[in-house]
Amino acid sequence: MSRIFTFISAMLWFGLAVAASGHGPAMQPSNIDLSDQLSLQRGARVFVNYCVSCHSASFMRYNRIAEDLDLSEESVQTNLMFTTDKIGEAMEVAMRPADAESWFGAPPPDLSVVASSRGPDWLYNFLITFYVDDNRPTGVNNLFFKDTAMPHVLWELQGLQRAVYHTETTHDGKETSTIERLELSERGSLTENEYKRLVRDLVGFLVYVGEPAKLVRHRLGFWVLVFLLVFLVATYLMKREYWKDVH
Amino acid sequence: MNAVVKQLTGLRDWVDDRFPLVQLWNDHMGQYYAPKNFNFWYYFGVLSIVVLALQILTGIWLTMNYKPDAELAFASVEYIMRDVEWGWLIRYMHSTGASAFFIVVYLHMFRALLYGSYKKPRELIWVLGMFTYLALMAEAFLGYLLPWGQMSFWGAQVIISLFGAIPFVGDTLSLWIRGDFVVSDVTLNRFFSLHVIAMPLAIIGLVFLHIIALHEVGSNNPDGVEIKKKKGPDGKPLDGIPFHPYYTVKDSVGVIIFFMFFAAVVFFAPEFGGWFLEANNFVPANPLVTPEHIVPLWYFTPFYAILRAVPDKLIGVLLMGAATNILFLLPWLDRSPVKSIRYRGPIFKTALSLFVISFIALGYLGTQTPTPQMTWMARGFSAIYFGFFLLMPFYSKMDKTKPVPDRVTSK
Repeated sequence: MSRIFTFISAMLWFGLAVAASGHGPAMQPSNIDLSDQLSLQRGARVFVNYCVSCHSASFMRYNRIAEDLDLSEESVQTNLMFTTDKIGEAMEVAMRPADAESWFGAPPPDLSVVASSRGPDWLYNFLITFYVDDNRPTGVNNLFFKDTAMPHVLWELQGLQRAVYHTETTHDGKETSTIERLELSERGSLTENEYKRLVRDLVGFLVYVGEPAKLVRHRLGFWVLVFLLVFLVATYLMKREYWKDVH
Repeated sequence: MNAVVKQLTGLRDWVDDRFPLVQLWNDHMGQYYAPKNFNFWYYFGVLSIVVLALQILTGIWLTMNYKPDAELAFASVEYIMRDVEWGWLIRYMHSTGASAFFIVVYLHMFRALLYGSYKKPRELIWVLGMFTYLALMAEAFLGYLLPWGQMSFWGAQVIISLFGAIPFVGDTLSLWIRGDFVVSDVTLNRFFSLHVIAMPLAIIGLVFLHIIALHEVGSNNPDGVEIKKKKGPDGKPLDGIPFHPYYTVKDSVGVIIFFMFFAAVVFFAPEFGGWFLEANNFVPANPLVTPEHIVPLWYFTPFYAILRAVPDKLIGVLLMGAATNILFLLPWLDRSPVKSIRYRGPIFKTALSLFVISFIALGYLGTQTPTPQMTWMARGFSAIYFGFFLLMPFYSKMDKTKPVPDRVTSK
């Protein structure tokens, strides 16, 4: 009986992590690696070159990036920042919210914690599944964010993809077509693998921006657990000594 | 060395002439006799106190940097996560602590079910504990609004609107709670006040009463034997050992093991796959955009599932309230002559197993988007949940019991 209850209590701890299944097109894993500092540095460059003109990361300071990604403040200032910004400032955009609203319909969201709300895999798949759709004002649509207001900012790198439809006739004679896959219709300046690596770098950087402490907490957590283990052994031996005379 | 000891003894005696220091220590630690056969399940009381202390300490430091203002709250949490020294650690300890609190409290309550710790003469301990549990639920609900994310906002909106189901006064009542027509800055401010002052005070007071009541009647144990009935010639229970040092050293081991689990979550999985920190709460609160799924955190989902299982809103709210409050009656619903599950018969064991299964299943269903099948499952499990309590006067009485020994048995 007590084994059953121990099992149940264990379930309360570990069984909670049952993942809910999603719908829609299959997601590819982003496979980001936060320990790869070069990748994070490349991601930072992509982010400031392509994203920060519209999206802010207003909780992220430039000098924190310098500190965490092992860059000098000078190199951040010359490579990642506009000349008027100061190193201690956050990554803000120059675009006025009112302008943004009239150009895009809604101001582009702040990306400080987007990796926590959307998840790295979603971001990765979002950025690789833009396809040409003439019905949209931006000329593109997206597999993971239907009718997104965002244009395909990286199209010069990836090229343009078109959707290949799969038409199915249901038993009552109706035809439904779903997107089967995307194929490249116009080459970009990068190959497919180069583009995916670039997106992976960018997503890795966004995950870092979402929680800069992530870079230290795994390392620190290891030593905390080592300490607790040593402490546990000592405390257990003390307990055993005290309890010798309890029968 | 001797001089120092002499000085300290002198200080102790000086205090003792003016305050019952030694007596308090002896009554509650040095000469409080606890049964010697406590097992695994008896760690969760002390762990609840440890987590309470942790929440209060981390809470004090969070309050130093948090801004209870609808314009600033979300950003101030990110400020804590990024710019405050060790802020991320303090906040993760607090957010993980909230879930850990419910885990240890649920296991602590389950221990009472296993060994009949709520039965005479410990009814008041149970009732005081139940009040603490309700205060804890209020505390968790109030605190969840503070990060001011989408789930904070909409969760509060949904829960407060439940009061609107009460006839006649419902709308006035929910307006009174919010202080506004929607959840707003006013709501955030008062929730902050209640979360950092009112509820912690209530919880500390109730825990104090809970422990005083416990030490008055003495602890139960896995055999459900009253150790005070068998005393030695020195007047001390034969099966009792002084709480200090025996249980202080034993509990220390349990506390360290708990901290290992706790640290594993804090450092390696603070979101715990979205169960401790929901992904949607990283989006700032927006009254104009309702999230697709509004789900409370896991510790409320069993009751949320009961609420959703009922088509009528008012009856749903009443049943949800009943689901928590029926626990108060446990000492009087249980008519079994024995306390511990070790000496109870198959009916109680089956009933308790079914209850645990239905509680966990309801908790799971409460997190899911309801489908007709799931709603029917939730109804079935709700029936089992209430059946466990409402039928208890009958099945606990007719259940076959085994003879209870005079003395505690060793494991």
